[in-house]
Amino acid sequence: MTAQVNYDEVEIGAQLPAGSFPVTRATLVQYAGASGDFNPIHWNEAFARSVGLPDVIGHGMFTMAEAIRVVTDWLGDPGAVLEYGVRFTKPVVVPNDEAGAVIEVTGKVAAKLEDRRVRVDLVATSAGEKVLGMSRAVVQLA
Amino acid sequence: MPLDPSFIGRSYPPTAAYEVGREKIREFAEAVGDANPAYLDADAAKALGHPDVIAPPTFPFLLTYRAAAQVVNDPELGLDFSRVVHGDQRFSYTRPVRAGDRLSVTCTIDSIKSLAGNDILTVRGDVHEESGEHVVTAHMMLVARAAEGE
Repeated sequence: MTAQVNYDEVEIGAQLPAGSFPVTRATLVQYAGASGDFNPIHWNEAFARSVGLPDVIGHGMFTMAEAIRVVTDWLGDPGAVLEYGVRFTKPVVVPNDEAGAVIEVTGKVAAKLEDRRVRVDLVATSAGEKVLGMSRAVVQLA
Repeated sequence: MPLDPSFIGRSYPPTAAYEVGREKIREFAEAVGDANPAYLDADAAKALGHPDVIAPPTFPFLLTYRAAAQVVNDPELGLDFSRVVHGDQRFSYTRPVRAGDRLSVTCTIDSIKSLAGNDILTVRGDVHEESGEHVVTAHMMLVARAAEGE
């Protein structure tokens, strides 16, 4: 593992470069195919509404995959992620149009740990709602 | 009916080995829109010290979710999957998943709790390479919402 970020140069509270990740219905179909998660709430509007959802929603695991990109883009080496956890607080609602939805992700260094590791706390929102809670990654720095 | 807490600690047999292919990693990376060269280019991954392309951090869920079907569909446990939502998800990595790995998942029920009529079930998936090396452990928390009228 060779993260491009040096532990000694990182301060608590430092912001990582933020990310903005668009999601359309086509994105969800592609993710369903790649992941094998074909739950119809992620592609069938009538089904989603029949179970009380406002519209088709994105896969929680898709949001989780996008959020960590803020960390892996910062690190360079995704292999430096040692722990990663999230809580799914609200769904990402994806309307059937070309714009779809956008997942906005910010991250900051929350703690410096032993062995040149740091904890990064992430915030992910879509349409003004917090879609992930307790999102944290522990990463190995150089 | 609430889930039976005596299932806590129950383990299920390891799954048959899943062979991780370079093109499956590429397909997944493309699906999440991530062009990190460590996922796509073996030379770039090697330059970072990996023997082959590695998979994105959430890739192991493909295996652990499939393996958790043993728990979710266990007739003795009696979980009503139509009421289940994914509450939270966590991974602890010994190393990243990489192309060429032959991975097996062992599922264990870590906890069962009842909260305001909801059942909260945590399933741990320990992922090992065929060599016996630990790769990653996934913790999946599922919430089965109370049935109407309960």
